[in-house]
Amino acid sequence: MGEDTAVRVAGLRKSYGALTAVDGIDLEIGTGEVFALLGPNGAGKTTTVEILEGFRHRDKGTVAVLGTDPAHGGRDWRARIGIVLQLAGTGPELTVLEMVRHFATFYPRPRRPGDVLELVGLSEKATSRISRLSGGQIRRLDVALGIVGQPELLFLDEPTTGFDPEARRQFWELVRRLREGGTTILLTTHYLDEAEALADRIAVIASGRIVASGDPASLGGRSAAAARVGWDEPGGERTVVETTMPTELVTELARRFGGEVPGLTVTRPTLEDVYLTLTGGGS
Amino acid sequence: MTDLAAPVRAGSLTDPLPSVWRLGLGRGGVEVKAFFREKMAVAFIFGLPSILLILLGSIFGGQAAAAGVTVGQLFTAGMIAGGIMASSFQYLGISIATERETGMLKRLFGTPMPRASYFIGKLIQVLVCTVAETVLLIAVGMLFYHLRLPTQPGRWWTFAWIFLLGSAACGLIGIACSSVPRSAAAAAPVITLPFTVLQFMSGVYVPFSSVPPWMRDVASVFPLKWMSQGLRSVFLPAQAVTLEPSHSWQHGETALVLTGWIAAGLVLCITTFRWQSRT
Repeated sequence: MGEDTAVRVAGLRKSYGALTAVDGIDLEIGTGEVFALLGPNGAGKTTTVEILEGFRHRDKGTVAVLGTDPAHGGRDWRARIGIVLQLAGTGPELTVLEMVRHFATFYPRPRRPGDVLELVGLSEKATSRISRLSGGQIRRLDVALGIVGQPELLFLDEPTTGFDPEARRQFWELVRRLREGGTTILLTTHYLDEAEALADRIAVIASGRIVASGDPASLGGRSAAAARVGWDEPGGERTVVETTMPTELVTELARRFGGEVPGLTVTRPTLEDVYLTLTGGGS
Repeated sequence: MTDLAAPVRAGSLTDPLPSVWRLGLGRGGVEVKAFFREKMAVAFIFGLPSILLILLGSIFGGQAAAAGVTVGQLFTAGMIAGGIMASSFQYLGISIATERETGMLKRLFGTPMPRASYFIGKLIQVLVCTVAETVLLIAVGMLFYHLRLPTQPGRWWTFAWIFLLGSAACGLIGIACSSVPRSAAAAAPVITLPFTVLQFMSGVYVPFSSVPPWMRDVASVFPLKWMSQGLRSVFLPAQAVTLEPSHSWQHGETALVLTGWIAAGLVLCITTFRWQSRT
């Protein structure tokens, strides 16, 4: 496997009894990429990611994460990946800084705990007990513990569930900064806007299979799909035309109206339209 | 700002991983600190045996159990055994179940921390807490119930092996039993209820000679009865042996039962320990 590939998955399968959770998945994530695995609850996202993290065993297929099979990943391998998990309830009776310092000792080349707290925006809470943090602050601590080891590859499983809009914006900013620093990130989410805002590439997963993948702008043939051009006729009547050649139509309209076209709109299917169609959730 | 977010440079990949023992010591430090900061642990696990000893001793302690032996002394020896089991079995059972159900164990398992370091940390925490618990109970016994520290080296030797085998057996059973509760909230009652019953049956809360024979038989299967009997042989005058239903301190049997539980506990831990909660 080349150094420009961080994760390579082929023919991955996993069943729990009669239930097939992952039904033949192929994935390739490039080094330095932010890759989003998007899908509804129960689609197989978490099972896939937990196999990549070495928490679950697969039934079939080949998996290489940073060149290593996660089923046999040793301490060296674990030192190169970071996993952001959600702590349910509170952790031990330690302060935020004590906890981050403690986790830093597990790694051969950790980030400075103070830097990590600054990065996740918890500097002011450094001496607070974990049990006194708000839900959003606990989630930022989860991220701090995931990145303190300076991972090359970071797993973020549903990282902003339960965040308020402001906290989400801040978190997105953090992900972008990690990406700029060269960290490869595998993100699972069921928020479309999150995938669209952060990911270089998106794979949509439904019923244990990848149903589409690509960059957010062209996912599911979105950029090539028919566009809807709408305008107001001189009488005030609204007209909408679906066309694969919107530029030609707009030029034609501009000529007809002698300049500005009243109420002109040109739209492609939104990511949500594509997603709902792909996952069978659309009408 | 961006440099904070920068990941590993390839040149530093040769940095060695920290050693198992160093991380184990670090885990131990964090465990002990967290234990003594947790009000629940300090009050109900660390403090309760002393409180019960003072209560029981105040109610019954003045009575003579035999010539030169007070009930207070009997209670102190038994309560030390109960205290050792509380700091090892009860605390490990509850705290590991909670760590598992809240995802703390899974989180540790996802880092390069060796699994052995986790157990070394628990070992250190249990040793520190059981020693502190024992010192506290001996102090209470000496202060209020005429408990005297043994002077013969033989008795200290007995104390040492009963303390070590007893806490090892109880600690391992605690780790194994941590897999029984299905939620963090259920951990305390699921672990504490059988422990409380066992303390009554094993002669911790009542003199063992007052326990009905069938209860004594049940208690004889478990370590606590043997630990409290062994500690009576350490802290009570020699003539107290007449109070034992078996009229003997049974050191050989005690060592055998405790070692058996250590072996069984170890096998149970190795075969049943889970880093993740059942989903």
